[in-house]
Amino acid sequence: MAGDGIVRPVSVQRRQFLTVAAATAAAPLMLKASSQSASSADKAATGRELHTTTLVVNGKNVTVTADARTTLLDALREYVGLTGTKKGCDHGQCGACTVHVDGKRVLSCLTLAAMTAGRSVTTIEGLSDADGPLHPMQQAFIDHDAFQCGYCTPGQIMSAVALINENPKLSEPEIRELMSGNICRCAAYPNIVTAIMQAKVKMGS
Amino acid sequence: MQPFVFSRSNSPSDATKRLADGADVSTSPIAGGTTLLDLMKLNVMRPERLIDINAALSDQIEKVSSGLRIGAMVRMAEAARHSVIQSGYPVVAQSLMLAASAQIRNMASLGGNVLQRTRCGYFRDHTVPNCNKRISESGCAALEGSNRMHAVLGGSEKCIATYGGDFAQALMALDARVEIIGSRGVRTIAFSELHVRPGDAPAAETTLRRDELIAAFVLPSLPWFRRSMYLKIRDRDSYAYALASVAVALDMDGDQVREARIGLGGVATVPWRANEAEAFLKGKVLNDGSAKAAGEAAFADAKTHQHNSYKPVLGAQTVARALLAAKALEI
Repeated sequence: MAGDGIVRPVSVQRRQFLTVAAATAAAPLMLKASSQSASSADKAATGRELHTTTLVVNGKNVTVTADARTTLLDALREYVGLTGTKKGCDHGQCGACTVHVDGKRVLSCLTLAAMTAGRSVTTIEGLSDADGPLHPMQQAFIDHDAFQCGYCTPGQIMSAVALINENPKLSEPEIRELMSGNICRCAAYPNIVTAIMQAKVKMGS
Repeated sequence: MQPFVFSRSNSPSDATKRLADGADVSTSPIAGGTTLLDLMKLNVMRPERLIDINAALSDQIEKVSSGLRIGAMVRMAEAARHSVIQSGYPVVAQSLMLAASAQIRNMASLGGNVLQRTRCGYFRDHTVPNCNKRISESGCAALEGSNRMHAVLGGSEKCIATYGGDFAQALMALDARVEIIGSRGVRTIAFSELHVRPGDAPAAETTLRRDELIAAFVLPSLPWFRRSMYLKIRDRDSYAYALASVAVALDMDGDQVREARIGLGGVATVPWRANEAEAFLKGKVLNDGSAKAAGEAAFADAKTHQHNSYKPVLGAQTVARALLAAKALEI
């Protein structure tokens, strides 16, 4: 997806996002204005197709106008400015990009943004309030040192939260099996399983 | 990724009509996207038009007079945890749960799952010039290349790429049928007639026409399908493609086999039915010896290459293990 020639004023958009988010936290985020003007000219020049998609990200309506090829992962990171969701392999093999769509864990790198219209997306940023207590799973990862470099951690945590929501009674071997879509190159796996076992109890209470 | 025009379809008639139109534009339906987007990023698949068919086809599992009808848009995870499938068709539930990762199982539609493309590394790398599946008459790099994962059954001089799915083997073993919808109406075929061996034209993988979509799968209702299981042997315990896998269903009369159904995965170019092994077992007492002989019968015609001579041995043992495990099931 990178290097496709589409004008994407990423840094400007991120700043805009932060400003808008800070100034009008309750208002829907309308991010299409800047990218649309740039990209309309682009479409005329290249024939590439733009799509405007409105979805719900962490409880807020977000409208993204982007090339049809844009994945949900790139939409979140490059357009909405939520960079907690990580790009690892970008081919559905590593799980770093895991988010929830309508409550289910999915790979945002293999999801087209245009196919998420009206869907409710939760990212790592949406698990807990900025100033509030951490989600029990986030806290458990800290308590049990369940990461080293941390790059896979947002995907691990999003996957683990969905896992416990799917079935709160899982055993350790079942957790290992059902977390196999999240790869950790630092091999923090034993601590990740321990953290999930702790959070499982807290999430159930 | 090559640019494409994206649109949604809300009905089967609209979707199939749009697939039929514009023969000059390469068009692909998209459901879960887990195969397609991966291969589009690799420039292996380059559709100019994508049609989102998620709202066009059924995502329901329902009992019908001919058995259990599973809509093509049912997700792998939904089918795997469905109570009727778990109790009446364990081989189906297991084949799904032993496939992919939890995230992919939430995304991938069953219609798309059976149409997944091979994991052959030469097919997936568009810079490799010789792949008959990608470029007609360009040769096959796998024949003399790294072929440890490649097929020993159903291959040709043009292609030995392994069919990588799991669910399909269960459908083969249960004699499932496929409901196909096209711009000219609906037709139903045996699942075993969906895929075609590579032969001289490895690019053609199925008997689906350009304007056709898989609408549903129908599993027959036979009580003995409860005596079924899926055994998958892999390089690692989870989230890996099969080195060899076996879908088995047994109709037993005491220790004697009334009927055995055996689907093989990880070893063949298409979802594979082990007809020779099934014929061998009919009427026989199932024990260590007959199970081993059945496994060997399944691979009697295997053709190996430099790095996959282990496959007929592993495959035969996997068949034997699956048969004995299915026999031991309490149903």
